[in-house]
Amino acid sequence: MGPFLETLFGGLMVGMLYSLVALGLVLIFKASGVFNFAQGAMVLFAALTMARFAEWLPHLTGLNNKFVDNVLAFAGAALVMVAMAWTVQKLVLGKLVNQEGITLLMATLGINYFLEGAGQALFGNDIYKIDVGLPKDPIFLFEKTFQGGILVNQEDLAAAVIAAVLVAALALFFQKTATGRALRAVADDHQAAQSIGIPLDRIWVIVWAVAGLVALVAGVIWGSKLGVQFSLSLVALKALPVVILGGLTSIPGAIIGGLIIGVGEKLSEIYIGPMFGGGVEIWFAYVLALAFLLVRPQGLFGEKIIDRV
Amino acid sequence: MVARPTGEVILDVHNISLRFGGVKALSDISFDVREHEIRAIIGPNGAGKSSMLNCINGVYQPQEGSISLRGQTFRHMNSRQVAQMGVARTFQNLALFKGMSVLDNLMTGRHLQMRSNLFQQAIRWGAAEREETEQRVVVERIIDFLEIQAYRKIPVGRLPYGLQKRVDLGRALAMQPQVLLLDEPMAGMNVEEKQDMSRFILDVNAEFGTTIVLIEHDMGVVMDISDRVVVLNYGRKIGDGLPEQVRNDPEVVSAYLGTVH
Repeated sequence: MGPFLETLFGGLMVGMLYSLVALGLVLIFKASGVFNFAQGAMVLFAALTMARFAEWLPHLTGLNNKFVDNVLAFAGAALVMVAMAWTVQKLVLGKLVNQEGITLLMATLGINYFLEGAGQALFGNDIYKIDVGLPKDPIFLFEKTFQGGILVNQEDLAAAVIAAVLVAALALFFQKTATGRALRAVADDHQAAQSIGIPLDRIWVIVWAVAGLVALVAGVIWGSKLGVQFSLSLVALKALPVVILGGLTSIPGAIIGGLIIGVGEKLSEIYIGPMFGGGVEIWFAYVLALAFLLVRPQGLFGEKIIDRV
Repeated sequence: MVARPTGEVILDVHNISLRFGGVKALSDISFDVREHEIRAIIGPNGAGKSSMLNCINGVYQPQEGSISLRGQTFRHMNSRQVAQMGVARTFQNLALFKGMSVLDNLMTGRHLQMRSNLFQQAIRWGAAEREETEQRVVVERIIDFLEIQAYRKIPVGRLPYGLQKRVDLGRALAMQPQVLLLDEPMAGMNVEEKQDMSRFILDVNAEFGTTIVLIEHDMGVVMDISDRVVVLNYGRKIGDGLPEQVRNDPEVVSAYLGTVH
């Protein structure tokens, strides 16, 4: 029982992070119908910004309080992500209103390359460290309940809590504020939203900004775990099977899809890994997504699209 | 029927032509709408009625002509600008926010009246809360008016069609518009639902003094509730006047019933 639960917990925590990246994808897709290929690059870009700001700030301000530096760096990176959202809307997507989905997808592919390049040009392409003071030591849980307890990485636990709080805050924002209501309205029907005077371009800036902030949180958590490096942008590849599983239009779907993939790949590694000589973790998500595409292409919670012929 | 429309011209459409590639959807259409009247646009399928409404609403941009709204003349309208000038619309094929409750759908109609910013809303700042309550009062009045109290919290997508149409009207009314554009508000309804809808339209007009531009297929309904009627056929205007004048116009009759050859 112990090892099983340990794997399960580990999977849930990794899954939470996949969920965060997928959440960014879903937010943008729901509100604007754009599949944002650049979500991974946004994670990398945000993490790079945060890492370098945290490094530079003590030199600039002379402050050597790590907490204050981190807060300032985070706020700075958040501002950069909001500015990025504004720029993307003004320079790219704003010019492509009413274009085909594939055109918009290609545009985000361009944004993807731009952010990867610009991020590394501005902030360097070494491996950088983000240290926001997440506890590193593993701890044992439930030692009383069964023998040996469960070994849990405190850092993962903290990350999962942060991710959960962020998701809850977003859910409240969407459900309880007037702007959140306008966002949901735009997601449901562009034309109707426009006819009652909701400004689409402003809503899209807000959505990209929120997706940028979600990317920042994901980037900081992954970055403090693995270091900030180019491979961070590849995390987004794992978000693809997550949204296929959960449905591209469902926020709960992104979260549950992420958890299923996280848990699934860890458990499969342990239980069916030996049959294939290991390495199951790497491809498990994609095979699961493929199976879903065959059986339930709209995902677990996605809207089934029925076209009138 | 007495010639009631004596108000000022609030909406004036001048020589509008709209083409989609080689297809002429509208050719040289002009008509005016006076304050507080119910103005119907009728015509057979494909006559260009919805295209006309979409031009006024800023969804389509006509190649020629201009539209004057409350004294301001525009070459092209823009949906948001039109909304800001007090024009609301409903849609032929329901365009409601299906996942949202009836209440939320109507509240979105108050969006333009919201003054608080994102951060005030996010931290539930006093003014943002107060504003939400004020808007809610307006919306509740409309809910009472349309007799949909019982469905307040139900996601719109789950309501029957007739009620969805009513919510669509409610969302437009929540804007407290001066001009209301209704695109086939009675399409697909049974007789009873049509009677309810006609009653609501007349009440809106009488109680709030809202000017109404109405597209409708059902000739009977149009003749009963509208003050003046424009008739379109194949993108051209073939009639304009009081309902009884239009009804007896030979060209209109032949457009609707076909001519004897």
